[in-house]
Amino acid sequence: MSATVDTIKQQISENDILLYMKGTPQLPQCGFSAQVVQAMMGCGEQFAFVNILDNPDIRAELPKYANWPTFPQLWVKGELVGGCDIIVEMYQNGELQTLIKEAGQNRAESAE
Amino acid sequence: MSIQEIIEQKLAELDPSVLKVENESHKHSVPPNSETHFKVTLVSAAFEQFSQVKRHQRIYGMLADELAGPVHALALHLYTPEEWEARGKTRPDSPNCLGGGE
Repeated sequence: MSATVDTIKQQISENDILLYMKGTPQLPQCGFSAQVVQAMMGCGEQFAFVNILDNPDIRAELPKYANWPTFPQLWVKGELVGGCDIIVEMYQNGELQTLIKEAGQNRAESAE
Repeated sequence: MSIQEIIEQKLAELDPSVLKVENESHKHSVPPNSETHFKVTLVSAAFEQFSQVKRHQRIYGMLADELAGPVHALALHLYTPEEWEARGKTRPDSPNCLGGGE
């Protein structure tokens, strides 16, 4: 097991809401990442992110680990929720807000 | 055979009632006539009982060679016949590129 996969596993387990993206939420470097950020902002919960353009090892390893070849990737409570198409659709039908709010609440409770 | 035709041929295996492969490469910072960015709209009964993540993973598996090679972005809109009917037989639009591909 490579060190990069260990890093990925740690990131996923330590962050209930985690977005792997190109660029940053303030400055997305890809239209698909930008759309997901916009949906996430609309959910009103804090989320962690990893800029894969700054992390070539993760960019190379995560697609294999996740069985998901492209970015962005949203992970919630240790599970891959999807990429841009799924996230935007979930946002439009309200499922994303429910999922993210619940994950955010869990975190707030465990921090108390 | 063009990449677009290869994608169409491979995905025909799912016996789709709707299969639309759109080359959206012209919307991105790549040379003219590139085959790098695609959008697939596919309606198939084969998706019934599978989550969106599983549906996507199935397509990614079928197109693994293309994704490992020339195809850089693949937007997937995957529905069962009932879902397709319910959403008025339309698929969402893809975003424009912001230039940070590499």
